Amino acid sequence: MRVNGAFLAAIGVFFAVIAVVYWFTAYEAAGFLMLIGSALLGLLPGGYYLWWAARMKPLEGDEPDATVSDGAGAIDAFPGSSIWPFLLGMGAMFATLTFVFGLWLAPIAAALGFSAVIGGVLESRRGGAV
Amino acid sequence: MTTTIESPDRIEPEEPGGPDAHGPGSHGPGGNGHDGEHAHHEGPKGILNWLTSTDHKVIGKSYMITSLVLFFISGAMALVIRAQLANPTSSLVNFQTYNELFTMHGSLMLYLFAGPFAFGGLANYIVPLQVGAPDMAYPRLNALSYWLYLGGSSLMTLSFMVAGGAASFGWVAYAPLSNAINSPGAGTDMWLLSLGLTGFSAIFTGVNLVATIFYLRAPGMTMFRVPIFSWNMLVTGILILIAFPVLFGAAVLLYCDRHFGTHIYTVSGGGVPVLWQHLFWFFGHPEVYILALPYFGLVTEIIPAFSRKPLFGYRGMVFATLSIAALSTGVWAHHMFTTGVVLLPFFSLLSYLIAVPTGIKFFNWIGTMWGGQLSFQTPMLFSMGFLFAFLMGGVTGVLLASPPVDFMTHDTYFVVAHFHQVLIGTTVFAGFAGFYFWYPKMYGRMLNERLGKLHFWTLFIGFWITFVPQYLLGLRGMPRRIADYLPTNGWTFLNEMSTVGAMIIGISFLFFLANLVTSWRRPVVAGDNPWDGGGLEWFTSSPPPHHNFTHLPPIRSERPTWDYNHPEHRKDESHGDKRHREHEQETVGAPS
Repeated sequence: MRVNGAFLAAIGVFFAVIAVVYWFTAYEAAGFLMLIGSALLGLLPGGYYLWWAARMKPLEGDEPDATVSDGAGAIDAFPGSSIWPFLLGMGAMFATLTFVFGLWLAPIAAALGFSAVIGGVLESRRGGAV
Repeated sequence: MTTTIESPDRIEPEEPGGPDAHGPGSHGPGGNGHDGEHAHHEGPKGILNWLTSTDHKVIGKSYMITSLVLFFISGAMALVIRAQLANPTSSLVNFQTYNELFTMHGSLMLYLFAGPFAFGGLANYIVPLQVGAPDMAYPRLNALSYWLYLGGSSLMTLSFMVAGGAASFGWVAYAPLSNAINSPGAGTDMWLLSLGLTGFSAIFTGVNLVATIFYLRAPGMTMFRVPIFSWNMLVTGILILIAFPVLFGAAVLLYCDRHFGTHIYTVSGGGVPVLWQHLFWFFGHPEVYILALPYFGLVTEIIPAFSRKPLFGYRGMVFATLSIAALSTGVWAHHMFTTGVVLLPFFSLLSYLIAVPTGIKFFNWIGTMWGGQLSFQTPMLFSMGFLFAFLMGGVTGVLLASPPVDFMTHDTYFVVAHFHQVLIGTTVFAGFAGFYFWYPKMYGRMLNERLGKLHFWTLFIGFWITFVPQYLLGLRGMPRRIADYLPTNGWTFLNEMSTVGAMIIGISFLFFLANLVTSWRRPVVAGDNPWDGGGLEWFTSSPPPHHNFTHLPPIRSERPTWDYNHPEHRKDESHGDKRHREHEQETVGAPS
């Protein structure tokens, strides 16, 4: 976690420096704001990781001498199959088509989208089709 | 499909999967019923498996097949473009169709093939295997990424069918050419919205890659033991998170300009057209590296395997990747030198600086090969093709980073030749190197060496015949995006040559298709580790079981499988505690 945090924070610091240099040489707002955004993208999660890295037991993946048995036990829940991402994706496609061909497509998009959200949440609550 | 390991230096290959076990039909996107099955995993079969699977291997293969289909469609467009330009005042296609063709050729190649093939296809399949994870961190989000990508690709491809035709303003969609007056019609809207869908698909994949590499590394797989391909995919994932939201924002603003009467990119309402270029290239230049870094990673896996040496300068590679990525986000306006409103020294200097880490990578690749036992099998040949092609594209890129040179060559065929050499070097040469390299892992069968070499040599020769004349054409003043020219321009011979080269490239892919058919019809069993590779992906069976690993070796360096298979050459990286060295392998706890 420490390496990950330092990695993200380094990205953030780099962009912060570049943003300041850019602002005082180019005086151009769009690029400055985008560079600030990139700096925050590095600094916020990077700072969060570094804050946690100082407070938690290292992950097995970060221990150079860890053995496979150190990682024994449940890693996470990985659903084996689920139809809901497909329906959500198709709902998203119909939603974008609504912007081209008109609102008559919106009910299809909404039906697909909501059914996928509800189905996906219920599936998670059941523990998924593992 | 359980991999049993009897002796430490040899992993037994799986039982031969003959044509009955893996019929040709089981390899379309809809028929992965035999792959990725574990003894206790009974998932849906056939088309339902394709629709519902959240397995990163199935999704990765779906991504690859979809993006390869789009690659062939887009390549066919390129051949029509070259046929049109083969002689002056040609009338093969009309000008509007020509504009649509080059726009869609660029859009399909860049948005729908080059990126998704790498981060959706190869990385999706390989990264969890390389870091020793059972799946991507968010399997259902991963599936959603694919469906958004498929939806977006369908939208973009089908936009040829609507009234007014497909988008026709170039893949960069500069304002004000892309506004409602200059580009009316549903085709443009479908193009914009498909960017939205595929953009979100890319963002979700980026999140997944970063989370997988951060959290799901196997015990002992510290960040500085993660193979370079996965490192590059981590950096690519972060670049995606920086770049694609900007593209999405820019596209939404353009849509508002087109339909809701805003004036963000129009001078008449107080807007700034060049803002589109700032937003677009703030996405567009990192995008170039989103397309390049995965392929750098691929080559970094392949060259050590075929040099039979560890990678030279592992940490140098990691830091070079990081600096390329960081610098790439600060150079967007080198595409805008001729607008006259950007700070030339700043962008020129940062663009030159990128040559330094890229040079480090080249030296490390050469250093890896130096003194190694090189064997030029198909993946290695394609990697060599990448080195030559990318070197030429990179050197001309350094030229273009100089504003005076850029002023003279901007929007000429010089630039066209430059970026085609960069992108074909990475996405095609290195991309197919990766495909030939990992195909045995994905399907458990080999590709034919002879056909692979024919594919390489025809592609390599066609590639140079196509693009070297384009540099000369650019220096003689031929502009980009023109559908015809006059016999008196003196561009005829070079254009003919370029067209012949393009046709040779087209033919080279017939060898590739023949190779795929051969491997389906007459499978040659690959075994678990056909190239004697070092990464963790070569430890598991081919194709890997559901949730990837039944056993893991101890991970004590960046190539644990090599250490396990060649204990006499093991690099001792244990830190103090030696007691675990007796454990040669351990069973993985079943994921709940």
